[in-house]
Amino acid sequence: MRSYLDFEKQIAELDEKIAELRGVSDQNASPAISGEVERLEAKADQATRDLYARLTPWQKTQVARHPARPHFKDYVAGLISEFTPMAGDRKFAEDEAVVGGLGRFRGKPVMVIGHEKGSDTESRIRHNFGMARPEGYRKAVRLMELADRFNVPVITLVDTAGAYPGIGAEERGQAEAIARSTECCLRLGVANVAVIVGEGGSGGAVAIATASSVLMLEHAIYTVASPEASASILWRDSNRAVDAATNMKITAQDLLRLGVIDEIIGEPVGGAHRDHEATIRSTGDALARALAGFAGMTRQQICAARRQKYLEMGRDL
Amino acid sequence: MNWINNVVRPKISGILRKRVVPDNLWVKCPETGQMVFHRDLEANQFVVPGSGYHMRMSAQVRLAALFDGGEFDKIALPEVALDPLKFRDERRYTDRVKDSRAKTSMSDAVLLGAGKLDGLAVVAGVQDFDFLGGSLGMAAGEAVITGMQTAVKRKCPFIIFTASGGARMQEGILSLMQMPRTTVAVQEMREAGLPYIVVLTNPTTGGVTASYAMLGDIHIAEPGALICFAGPRVIEQTIREKLPDGFQRAEYLRDHGMVDMVVHRHQMRETLSRLCRMLTGKPALAAGARKLNGPSSAAAAGGNSGSSPGASAGTTA
Repeated sequence: MRSYLDFEKQIAELDEKIAELRGVSDQNASPAISGEVERLEAKADQATRDLYARLTPWQKTQVARHPARPHFKDYVAGLISEFTPMAGDRKFAEDEAVVGGLGRFRGKPVMVIGHEKGSDTESRIRHNFGMARPEGYRKAVRLMELADRFNVPVITLVDTAGAYPGIGAEERGQAEAIARSTECCLRLGVANVAVIVGEGGSGGAVAIATASSVLMLEHAIYTVASPEASASILWRDSNRAVDAATNMKITAQDLLRLGVIDEIIGEPVGGAHRDHEATIRSTGDALARALAGFAGMTRQQICAARRQKYLEMGRDL
Repeated sequence: MNWINNVVRPKISGILRKRVVPDNLWVKCPETGQMVFHRDLEANQFVVPGSGYHMRMSAQVRLAALFDGGEFDKIALPEVALDPLKFRDERRYTDRVKDSRAKTSMSDAVLLGAGKLDGLAVVAGVQDFDFLGGSLGMAAGEAVITGMQTAVKRKCPFIIFTASGGARMQEGILSLMQMPRTTVAVQEMREAGLPYIVVLTNPTTGGVTASYAMLGDIHIAEPGALICFAGPRVIEQTIREKLPDGFQRAEYLRDHGMVDMVVHRHQMRETLSRLCRMLTGKPALAAGARKLNGPSSAAAAGGNSGSSPGASAGTTA
C-alpha cells in the first residue's frame, strides 16, 4: 500500500481506478479494459510528471520527509560493498542517529557517515528519528579523523530534522559537539562529499554537511531551521510553517542559485520514494563524479580549496 | 462624549505623560525586582549593585570597558549583500535592519575594535543583542571573520563577547553557512598560533554556540548567562517536562565541562589581560602597572594576585 501526500490526491485517485480495473481484468480479461488501464496509466504518469515539475517548497518539504524515501541504509546497501559499521564516540555512548563505517565505493575504500531516520517504529526509535545527540557528532569526528589518517575519502549522507533538543544532549554539550564536527570537516586533508538526501536541518546537518562538494537531491531541503521552528521564531506560530518554507529558500534549486550547494541530483518522476533504485543509482554516479574531481590534489590543496569555497560563499550575491 | 474622548482625555493624558519619569532613568533588576538608578548601573558596568545580576551592555560600552582608557579604533566592516532572500514576514526584513541600525547606531550585530589591553595589542568583537537579537547573518559572520583575520594580520589575540539568539532566520541558509565560514577563520587563528578567547554573555544560543562560540582556546562565561544550543522553550516543548533549576546557565555549563570559568564582569578585564599575556609569552604586569578603567580595574587592583588565576577568576557571588 503506497502512502500518498495530501497534494497527490489526483494521482491517488487515478492509481485507485487502475488497481480496480486490474482487479476486474484479472477475472475476465478484455481488450477494452486493458486499453483503459493503459490510458489511465499514461494519465497518472503525466499528472505525476506535471505535479513534480512544479512542487512548491512546502510540497518539497513533505516529499523530503516522506517515510518511504530511501534512507542511509538503502544508499549503503545500493552503493557500498564490504560496509563495516563502526560504533561509539569513545567518550560516552553509541548514538545510532548517526551511522558510519568503512566500505568500498566502486572498489575504493571510503568512510561513509550519515543520519539514519529508520523505517519502522522499532528502528525509528532506535535511530531517534535521525536526530543526533552529541555522541553522534563525536562519533562522526572520530570516523572522519580515522579516514583522514589513512587517506580515505569521506562520504556523508545528510538526512535530519535537526540535532536532538533534550536535557541530556544539552548537558553533554550539543553545541560543542556540532561545532567540533564542522571544524573537523573543514580540517580534513581528504576530500569529503556530502549529499543532502532528505532533510538538511540546521546545525545538526551542517555538522556533517560541510564538505569539499555538497550535492543535493532534487526534492531535498536544506534549512537554517525546520519550517516549523522558523515559523515559531518569526511569527511565534509554528502553524505558519508553510509560509516559512515558501519564503526561506530551502529548495535545491534555490540553494544552487545561492551558491550554497554544488550540484543537484535529479530524482525519478514522482520523487525518490517511487523508485529507490534509480535514485540510488544517480546518487552513486554523482558521488563518483564529485570524488573524481579531487583526484590528483594534495592534502593541502584539498583543505585549502574547501576553506576557500566557504570563505567565498555569499560574497558575490 | 466625543468631546470628552477626543479633547479632554488626550489633554489629561498629555499632562500626565509629561510628569512621568522617562522609563530609562530607573532600571529594574530582572532577578530581584530592585530598582537601580541608571547612572549607578552604568558606573557599575551594568551589574546590579545589590543582586550582582549582569545586565546586557551595548557593544560600544563593552569595548570601552575592555580597552585601556576606554580607547579603541573601530575596525571597518566589509559590505555584504543586504536581504539576499528578499524576505518579509510581518514587515520587510530591510525595514527591521533599518530600525536596528537607528536603535544601536551599528551597521549590524557585531562591532569590532582594536586597541590595547594593559598595553598589549588585541582585537575584540562584541555581539550586540539589541541588534535583531544579536543574530548571526551574513554581516555578522563576515564581521567575525574580519575580526579574526585582522588579529592574524596584526599577530595579536582575538577576544569575542558573544550574545545571540542564534541564526538570522530572515537570511535563511546563508545565515546557517556562517557556521562553517566563521569556523574557517577560527582555524586560521589556530594555525597562526594566536589566542582566541570567547566570553559568553547572556544569552548565547543556537548556531553561534554551535560554531565559533564553542571553539575558543578558552571559554569564559558571565555569571548567570544562558548558554545553549536548543533554547529552554524548545526543549520543554519536546520533552514536556519542567527543566531543572539553573539549566543551561553559565555555572551549569562550567559544572558540565563546557566553559573554563565563570567570571564576574568586574574581573573580566583583568582575567582577559592575564590570559592573553600568558598565552603570548609576555611578562606578568608589574604591580600598579594596570591602567585604571572603571570598576573593573578598581576591583582588579584590589584583588589581583597575579600568581593564582583560579583565585580571582573563581567567580561569582
